[in-house]
Amino acid sequence: MAPKTKAAGDGSGLTEMSWDPITRIVGSLGIHTKIDFKQKRVAECYSTSSVFRGYSVFMRGKDPRDAHFITSRICGICGDNHATCSVYTQNMAYGVKPPHLGEWIINLGESAEYMFDHNIFQENLVGVDYCEKMVRETNPGVWELAQRTEAPHAAEHGYRTIADIMSSLNPLEGEFYREALQVSRYTREMFCLMEGRHVHPSTLYPGGVGTIASVQLFTDYLSRLMRYVEFMKRVVPLHDDLFDFFYEALPGYEEVGRRRVLLGCWGALNDPDHCDFTYRNMTDWGRKMFVTPGVIVDGKLVTNDLTEINLGIRILLGSSYYQDWEGQEQFVTHDPLGNPVDPRHPWNQHTIPAPQKRDFNDKYSWVMSPRWFDGKEHLALDTGGGPIARLWSTALSGLVDTPYVKATGHSVTIDLPRSMTKPEARFEWKIPKWSNALERNRARTYFQAYTAAMALHFAEQGLEEVRAGRTQTWEKFEVPDESIGCGFTEAVRGVLSHHMVIRDGKIANYHPYPPTPWNASTRDTYGTPGPYEDAVQNTPIFEENTPENFKGIDIMRAVRSFDPCLPCGVHMYVGDGKSVQKMHVPTGLSGLSG
Amino acid sequence: MSAASSAATQAAANGKPSAEEESPIHILWINAGLSCDGDSVSLTAATQPSIEEIALSVLPGLPKIAVHWPLIDFECGPVQGADNFIEWFFKGERGEIDPFVLVIEGSIPNESIKPEGYWCGFGDDPETGQPITTSEWIDRLAPKALAVVAIGTCATYGGIHAMAGNPTGAMGVPDYLGWDWTSKAGIPIVCVPGCPIQPDNFSETLVYLLYQAVGSAPMIPLDDQLRPSWLFGATVHEGCDRAGYYEQGQFATTYDSPKCLVKLGCWGPVVKCNVPKRGWMDGIGGCPNVGGVCIACTMPGFPDKFMPFMDEPPGGKLSSTASAAYGSVIRRLRDITAKTVDHEPKWRHRGDQLTTGYRKPW
Repeated sequence: MAPKTKAAGDGSGLTEMSWDPITRIVGSLGIHTKIDFKQKRVAECYSTSSVFRGYSVFMRGKDPRDAHFITSRICGICGDNHATCSVYTQNMAYGVKPPHLGEWIINLGESAEYMFDHNIFQENLVGVDYCEKMVRETNPGVWELAQRTEAPHAAEHGYRTIADIMSSLNPLEGEFYREALQVSRYTREMFCLMEGRHVHPSTLYPGGVGTIASVQLFTDYLSRLMRYVEFMKRVVPLHDDLFDFFYEALPGYEEVGRRRVLLGCWGALNDPDHCDFTYRNMTDWGRKMFVTPGVIVDGKLVTNDLTEINLGIRILLGSSYYQDWEGQEQFVTHDPLGNPVDPRHPWNQHTIPAPQKRDFNDKYSWVMSPRWFDGKEHLALDTGGGPIARLWSTALSGLVDTPYVKATGHSVTIDLPRSMTKPEARFEWKIPKWSNALERNRARTYFQAYTAAMALHFAEQGLEEVRAGRTQTWEKFEVPDESIGCGFTEAVRGVLSHHMVIRDGKIANYHPYPPTPWNASTRDTYGTPGPYEDAVQNTPIFEENTPENFKGIDIMRAVRSFDPCLPCGVHMYVGDGKSVQKMHVPTGLSGLSG
Repeated sequence: MSAASSAATQAAANGKPSAEEESPIHILWINAGLSCDGDSVSLTAATQPSIEEIALSVLPGLPKIAVHWPLIDFECGPVQGADNFIEWFFKGERGEIDPFVLVIEGSIPNESIKPEGYWCGFGDDPETGQPITTSEWIDRLAPKALAVVAIGTCATYGGIHAMAGNPTGAMGVPDYLGWDWTSKAGIPIVCVPGCPIQPDNFSETLVYLLYQAVGSAPMIPLDDQLRPSWLFGATVHEGCDRAGYYEQGQFATTYDSPKCLVKLGCWGPVVKCNVPKRGWMDGIGGCPNVGGVCIACTMPGFPDKFMPFMDEPPGGKLSSTASAAYGSVIRRLRDITAKTVDHEPKWRHRGDQLTTGYRKPW
């Protein structure tokens, strides 16, 4: 195919480049950029996806007990996170507390989801960006160096040089690539043991689970889990070696995908000894979660109070294809504690689609702009793809203290027991200097080890219940005529909230907010750009190819580090970047306007 | 019946090498219907056979294939540079890759019910700068495809996004192309339902079609709802290991009971699906067999005809009360329900009218 390099039509001297759809993510995302090849920098970035399905529209009037079955279908890789979040929301609305064992089973299922999902994304999707084939085609110099560089942790993972690691990541041919695919399967078997089916679970209900909790259930889970524990003892050092090498091989690589530290984590994995699913006690049981909720700005913890986090959520429309809901009925004026609830809070949102042509000067997006209001500003928080925010928040709060995982205030320690061929191992994730592509990826690997260690704890707790004869996993409930509920957890790639209003025993309003709308959001009403654009626009180009052979690997690494999951975006299109140099006032992409 | 060999002949007539060695069978995968990508993800869980085994033609006699699948494709260069993924779809449209199988994931929204804009798109039109809609891709590619495969209940029958009150007028691929549509090779639309697909059900169907494409298997056997008949011929109940409790009249009254779940919302007796028998993956997991009511996610009538999911199905009371008196009466009653739920609700259709019950604000 002949190259189609095109100069931007705005006289800026920049080159237009677009990737649409981007592969090796979930869903369809497009990235449209203008690149300054002389300065080797991305000057402008517009990110786009174009799907509208309308969950909040068609859920109105339905039976509230159907909510978790329906919302699971929002996402095809972390649907169970939605089902779980919906069940939490329903538990609050119905006033039901599941038996402890039911909660341990959900925690084990969700842990398996993290172990599976991060693994397949890291090794089979992201990993390809760092494999031999890709590195040879984009940075031959780096490949040369990799062949000459001994891997510091070769003894732990078995690969002598960095180049050996890269070769093992080659799609299909690479040994580690194929092993990771297999790991993604037995971790999903662990998931299916607890929640029935992956990715839309069958055994989750409000009030608990239908899973039959026998000794066998835990035996089957634990045997697979210990294989994963063994696997992680190789994978953590392998990725440390690979990512550290990039900092050395390409000085300045910390700028790729870098953004101000503005992280959100809504907490995950409830402790049944504390969580009663009441709104009144949410602040307390939120702090007892096995992943601590938190908002982090410039490295400082702003809050870890789930009630405060809830009340701060705002949905702005920005440049999206919707009619504003101003003047429409407000469902919830005050929360159960008497705090005022904003009209732009998800409890009060009305989704009114207004399909129209894509126009970069006006409306160009199906996604809205979720923001977190700290009392002064509407902050464009990102999740960093999930793990970096979870570990950062958990580390800073210093609240998690379990036999295998401890938060220290500045780090998280993970202790893995002896496994088939490897002795006990301790890993420590330390708060990094940057929120950038490599650190988002590194955190993902550490979080896999974190959940494996947590799952050991959950399995021990669950098995103790079974041995004591407390095998009930579900509790009866009734659906009230009028009620509200909210649920918070972490989808694999970051913050997840569900908000429901029940009237006359039916769903009057339901608004889920998954991570991708936060990460990929459009420029909001106040002109604040979304995290992707922000991160990509600051990205320098290290790729050695000319514009004609350009792959944009540095840009792809920046985007994929956020673990984009477009079905989660539900409906999005993000546009209108800011320019690095002030003279490049964005006027729309000439290539797109014909 | 000789669909595959005729396609091969046609390829040879076009002056292209036969499928055996040099020229692979291409698979063009569009995941941009109204979907969650759950069918793509589910397929990566398949082990009988696995995706890597299909891609590397590990089973004897499998042809060489080239898969253009957004979820794991290596290619990811810019439209204006090297390794542009979407270019394969334009090649398919121009007839430059032949044969190819078109896989469609997600329900097809009705783009005709609004004056402008789009519900879903896949890549951009170089002429207009607007997204190319999924239905437009189907119009461009279906006539050139060796076969069209709908993966998952959204693409087969509309699914969740085609629920009552939906704003997009979503429907399945057969609703869009026509239930009688056949490919240029004479193959009807192949529907593999499931929300998501049971992983091995799909990998096995794909393998069947590849064997058919090289002439080593006869026309794929499909039922009246276009499902592979060997996969969807029996009901959930017929394969469920809790059916013994049903026979003994022992019904669960709480969701954590190991007994039969029909009084708590399980639709197993009328749902065509092999999951309780096959398990979800490698024999593990499933639905009623492991404590989850069957919500009928493989069925054309899903979800509307089965909601609220946690209520006892109408008619369930009668048949479960009489469960000891087995035989023709039960089967006949069940047949009536089964026929109703084996058809889609009437609002999933083409045309410029939205009849889902949603009042358009535009």
